[in-house]
Amino acid sequence: MSARIEGHAILRGPRAEIDACQSAVEQAMTEHGYGREALFAVRLALEEALVNAIRHGNRHVPDGQVDFRWSVDADEARFDVQDQGEGFDPDAVPDPTEDDNLEIPSGRGIMLMKAYMSEVEYRGPGNHLAMVYRKSKDA
Amino acid sequence: MANDSSRLRISAVNDVVRIDFVDRDILDEATIRQIGQDIQRKLEPMSAPKVLMCFTVVEHLSSAALGTLITVNSLVKKKGGTLRLAEIRPEILEVFYITKLNKHFSIDESAEAALKALA
Repeated sequence: MSARIEGHAILRGPRAEIDACQSAVEQAMTEHGYGREALFAVRLALEEALVNAIRHGNRHVPDGQVDFRWSVDADEARFDVQDQGEGFDPDAVPDPTEDDNLEIPSGRGIMLMKAYMSEVEYRGPGNHLAMVYRKSKDA
Repeated sequence: MANDSSRLRISAVNDVVRIDFVDRDILDEATIRQIGQDIQRKLEPMSAPKVLMCFTVVEHLSSAALGTLITVNSLVKKKGGTLRLAEIRPEILEVFYITKLNKHFSIDESAEAALKALA
């Protein structure tokens, strides 16, 4: 398998939409020979990205949609998640690993994405998340 | 005697409340909310509860699930009790280390070790 596999979905919120996206990505990555660690990493990061976009990004957007585009080839998997919200400053999110923040129940999604993906970048006003997983990370 | 809710298997092992997750994935927000409510309902009438949470079958969990674990731990501590986590797969354990929540929770390799620590 050498051809790039691409996908596009519009998510409105139901859990089944996230599951369908996760399944499509997992299948494409499996076809391209990504290992178990890679599948775990991408699934976790995508879960955080899509839920954040739906739950937080579009929180104040009636009938908001999330645009999800992805591509997988033999070397890397790329993901773009864009919500219709006003964005946010990811640098303003408190570090959840600081001792004072360890008991705060929320705020770990971004750090997990950064830990498990090769690249994580918030674009525009912060409502467009671009992530890359490189197979070389899948040792 | 086991007290089953839809997503958890809750049982008593001597004076320990043992909670086993039923699902491989703890991702869905509604499910996570339900899990949190089920556990809180179980622990609410107890004083100084000893609680063991087993992740034997769990393959994926989200930051929202971590949040619920933190909330449960706070409730147990507030009641003067003890919570221990056990049987966590290496991939999931890595999530605890990345988030440094391994410092926040008492984690044992096996349920037996956790029960011994809780005795």
